[in-house]
Amino acid sequence: MISLRALKDRTAGGVMFFLTIASLLLVVAMGVGLYFKSSPVLADHSLGELLFSSSWHPMKGEFGFLPFLMGTLWVTGIAVILFLPVALLAAIYLTEYARPAVRKYVFPALDILAGLPSVIYGVWGTLLIIPWISEWLAPHFVEFSTGYTALAGGVVLGVMILPLMVSLFIELFTSVPSELRDASTSLGATRWQTVKRVVLRKSVTGILAAVVLAVSRAFGETIAVLMVCGNLPEVPRSIFNACYPLPALIANNYGEMLSFPQYEAALMFAAMILFVVILLFNLISRIILYRMEKRFA
Amino acid sequence: MKSLIKYFTFTSELRSDEQSEENILGRRQRIFRPDYKFVRGKDESEIRAEGLNIHIKERHILKDVNLALPDKKITCVIGPSGCGKSTLLKTFNRLIDSVEGIRIEGKVLLNGEDIIGSGQDITRLRRKMGLVSQKPCPLPMSIFENVAYGCRIHGLANKRKLKMVVKHYLEAVGLWEEVCDRLNTPAVRLSIGQQQRLCLARSLAVEPQFILADEATSALDPISSKTIEELFVKLKRNYSIIMVTHTLRQALRIADYVVFMYMGEIIEAGDAQQVFNDPKHELTKKYLSGAFS
Amino acid sequence: MKFKFIEERLFKLLMYLATLAVFGFVVSIIWTIVSRGWGAMSWDMVSKLPGGGFYVGKEGGFLNAIVGSLYIVGASTLLGLLVSIPVVFYMNVYLSKNSRLAYVARLAYDVLFGIPSIVYGAFAFTIMIYFGMKTSLAGGIIVVTLLIVPIFIRSMDEVARTFPRELLDAAYSLGATRFETIRVVLRQIMPGIATATLLSIGRAIGDAAGVMFTAGYTDSIPTSLSQPAATMPLAVFFQMSSPIKEVQNRAYAAAMVLTLIVLALSVAGRLITNRFSKHRV
Repeated sequence: MISLRALKDRTAGGVMFFLTIASLLLVVAMGVGLYFKSSPVLADHSLGELLFSSSWHPMKGEFGFLPFLMGTLWVTGIAVILFLPVALLAAIYLTEYARPAVRKYVFPALDILAGLPSVIYGVWGTLLIIPWISEWLAPHFVEFSTGYTALAGGVVLGVMILPLMVSLFIELFTSVPSELRDASTSLGATRWQTVKRVVLRKSVTGILAAVVLAVSRAFGETIAVLMVCGNLPEVPRSIFNACYPLPALIANNYGEMLSFPQYEAALMFAAMILFVVILLFNLISRIILYRMEKRFA
Repeated sequence: MKSLIKYFTFTSELRSDEQSEENILGRRQRIFRPDYKFVRGKDESEIRAEGLNIHIKERHILKDVNLALPDKKITCVIGPSGCGKSTLLKTFNRLIDSVEGIRIEGKVLLNGEDIIGSGQDITRLRRKMGLVSQKPCPLPMSIFENVAYGCRIHGLANKRKLKMVVKHYLEAVGLWEEVCDRLNTPAVRLSIGQQQRLCLARSLAVEPQFILADEATSALDPISSKTIEELFVKLKRNYSIIMVTHTLRQALRIADYVVFMYMGEIIEAGDAQQVFNDPKHELTKKYLSGAFS
Repeated sequence: MKFKFIEERLFKLLMYLATLAVFGFVVSIIWTIVSRGWGAMSWDMVSKLPGGGFYVGKEGGFLNAIVGSLYIVGASTLLGLLVSIPVVFYMNVYLSKNSRLAYVARLAYDVLFGIPSIVYGAFAFTIMIYFGMKTSLAGGIIVVTLLIVPIFIRSMDEVARTFPRELLDAAYSLGATRFETIRVVLRQIMPGIATATLLSIGRAIGDAAGVMFTAGYTDSIPTSLSQPAATMPLAVFFQMSSPIKEVQNRAYAAAMVLTLIVLALSVAGRLITNRFSKHRV
């Protein structure tokens, strides 16, 4: 006969097992639910039309997502191009050069950046970046710009993903064994040569995975970008054009979409695109990072 | 404490940088072959430590080390673990700089030039000091690139010359035959003994004067470590080899000169024959007889 | 001077600049928010509900948002703890170190951590409509809970993984069942729970996109779970988009309050981590 204690042990185990696999179920449920909700629009329009048409007239039943996809790509691209070098350099500095005392000040700063709510970044972007672009930067290149541009979205987004990238990179670089550095420097390499030829080379897959992770974070960022990027449903032609990323589209129209089933389905389709892309990106990069962690452990 | 035993060498003339720079590019003269007698001329080399004290934070790691190491010989540094052997070795190529909270006092003279003071071009110094570490650590690149790495660092980009250099040094460590058909495979796929020889070739490729070996055979199987030992014996023709070792028998086999350390101090240093057969110091006797290790 | 030394110096300079930039951004953001928010700040802001004509610049404050946020954050933190402690315990005590299920579960939680709140919001919204629910406090709490559970689990898990297995063996050898070791484990990972909680509160209080769909917005303080609730980030967001200067100023004041709360959480988190690492063996 099973004792009461053993029974308790098993029941608790069962409950906890269920909670643990609930995470998996949630992922599946989200995928299925979003697909189910977006099926009306998928039934009426081909996937190609939805993804590559740029005519967005919900009331006429035309749903071309190209402007929004391009908007997302533009802001994300700008953010990564501008801030990947900053993140890399800062991470290299903190792991290879800086004294512990310096790290003691920089890490809390990164914590704060990572912890600030998205809406705060939005306010900061509106108050500082937008006037800066419209009054200082844009006049050198274009005749007129409100400042609410893809560039503003990219800058704000870049600062938001900066702490994520830096902390992932630091983890990667510190896991490179120090014997490798010693081997390289004892051949007469300077520190930077060692970093460039050994440390970066050793962690190149990890860096890619980290960037993919940061990109997927950028894809889903909503409020901050929504507040600064202008929100015009057109494919941007330059960094000084307004753009309209996918999450902003969903957030801006959540109220009115209910009036019209096709419209609702279209917005759910947008959410599904985000979900699928981010799911894949996360899966790939996490698996790569797990492998690296294991290899060095 | 027993005072140092001086080893006499000629006061050496310094090699100018330019000359050594030339050497790395046109290194063919320094070919290492049994039948080839390389005459190094006036660049007699020597390491000499004078009043060397090292603290790491509050700990006194090396205590007033005075030492002169002979040229073109195998010097074995022996002593119980934690006695500062590795620290001494790392001081010679200043890898110790990266240790947190390090404080170095005293002098280390290389060819009469102090290498501890600031303002040194450390990269030049380190090039003169080839390091073979305890665990072989091939860089994350191909076999070829591992050997070519140092040369590339020092500005050799000519593909043809690089190939010559790589072949030459792989031959010197007896690895060429084994790997010549897979030079572009990652170095980590080699066996551990091969990796260690590869690391040796990599060090030799930058034309060092010294080879610093930090328990270079302790991670290897007996056959591979024998190969390395034999290589060292061959190499002492052209290089001064300083090796830290844990196995007394290894020191007995190959050492020309022995330094015995205990608790951060040099207890005894001298010719291998003399130290092993007729140790002067009580502690050395005890250590050699296996009373502690 | 040789090229490699020039290169070394150049990159070192760039690295200094990059690291300074990190500081620059922190200072710039906090300075911008506080300097604009301070002027608009008053006791009324945090102690009064929006009065009539609030959104054209008249009387009132954003107490509704503060209370709404507190409700949502408090409830979802509690729920999150209830869900995530068993999961962490299960993954680290019941499952072996190389368990396939633990690997998949960790991966799943890492992936869920990456899913943006807008997607959670949209998903939860469709579910709520399916069940005929309206935007409500309950909806907000559920979405925020879903959002923070992955953070809870992964950051506690990081600490729990370093938990010495010998301690478990000691408990087993006294005749404890696996479930009964929970006390030992909990005591050991307490600091991890504390930091995880602070992290989660930070994320929960700052989330806007998720609650926008599910909790809605209201000028009053909700009295039941089925009423909509206002939240701080949305208070900032909605008032920012107003063309009227006074209303915008209130947005800055709300932004400042939100920033200060998050800063306080961050400092507290640091203190706990420092304390923790001090007592670590």
